[in-house]
Amino acid sequence: MKHLFLKLTLLVMTCGIAASAQATTPEEDLAAFQNFFKKRFPNVETQDYINGAYAIDPVGRENWEAIEEFPPYEPFIDEGQAMWEAPFANGKSYKDCFPDGPAMAGKYPHWDKEKGMVMTLPLALNNCRKANGEKPLKYKKGPINNIVSYISYESRGQVTNIEIPSDDPGALAAYEAGKKFYYTRRGQLNFSCAHCHLQNAGMILRTEILSPALGHTTHFPVYRSKWGTVGTLHRRFTGCNKQVRAKPFKAHGDEYRNLEYFLTYMSNGLPLNGPGARK
Amino acid sequence: MIGNTKKWIGKVGSVAVIAGQFLVSPTLLAADADIAEGQKISFDRKKGNCLACHNIQGAPAPGNIAPALVAMKSRFPSKEALYKQIWDATENNPESAMPPFGKHGILSESDFKKVVEYIWTL
Repeated sequence: MKHLFLKLTLLVMTCGIAASAQATTPEEDLAAFQNFFKKRFPNVETQDYINGAYAIDPVGRENWEAIEEFPPYEPFIDEGQAMWEAPFANGKSYKDCFPDGPAMAGKYPHWDKEKGMVMTLPLALNNCRKANGEKPLKYKKGPINNIVSYISYESRGQVTNIEIPSDDPGALAAYEAGKKFYYTRRGQLNFSCAHCHLQNAGMILRTEILSPALGHTTHFPVYRSKWGTVGTLHRRFTGCNKQVRAKPFKAHGDEYRNLEYFLTYMSNGLPLNGPGARK
Repeated sequence: MIGNTKKWIGKVGSVAVIAGQFLVSPTLLAADADIAEGQKISFDRKKGNCLACHNIQGAPAPGNIAPALVAMKSRFPSKEALYKQIWDATENNPESAMPPFGKHGILSESDFKKVVEYIWTL
């Protein structure tokens, strides 16, 4: 009987949380998310979260600052610039698709009302290629990282300002889907993204400090020493899903695009500082 | 009469305990091997990986996400209770981040039992 009572209480509590989660607006989520980190790490300036784990790990930060003196991602930026300048086979180039220039990372991801989906930067780049008869680039490894590194570098200092337009319920639905993804347990190990990067941010997992979720999107693409190269945000999502022994989703498919939409929104107000360098 | 019976039971009981010790000693040895094996599995990053989150006294590079594994016998009323906790920690606490080692088949049944044996000694 006591057991049943406990279960019922839990059920009521869970439903209560679920109900209140549904009832919150993105603005309320954002405030709660950023306040969580303010309380957790009262001495860390919000703006410093763009530096990931190094915002909360002084020892790691020293090593990282030494690495940043000769940034390992620099050659990728140069390669990316060459890609940006080079004409496609039809004589046109990226410049024709993006007439406002390469400093455009701050516009992504955004809700594309016409297509009824979240548009990400790599997807927009590939759409441009396809429209010009070029083969799309692979999303996780290879040249996509060069062009995205260049664009990110040119966009440094732009401020994350994701909008969820209220005139299209699809945008809010995409945001909610991303949010649900973030808080859902998955894989054999049964972790949600939030378990590590929200609930346990700053704690030590074996020898690694769990990086805070706030600021996660500002510094991609990232040169990761573990990879020995630059990789995209969706490559990192893939790696995280594999680590919890879940089947990864398709890069720039619905799930990860919606996740990127939610996660980037959570960093609203933070400046872009990609490409980054990480362990 | 009752007193006598009690005495009698007591005597038989102690004889049984002594006899039992001789009888179970081979099993006790096996249990020691299980405990040693359980420790290996617990430390193995690809298996138990308890150290990812828990400190165990004297273990290399433990994490600090979850409580240190000490005084298990005072924290769990029985080995079965510990078994259940490692099997699926979300039964007790739905918010627990601990992977359900038994329920999700993260460890084989035999490995799982050895891990319980080892953790119970801490």
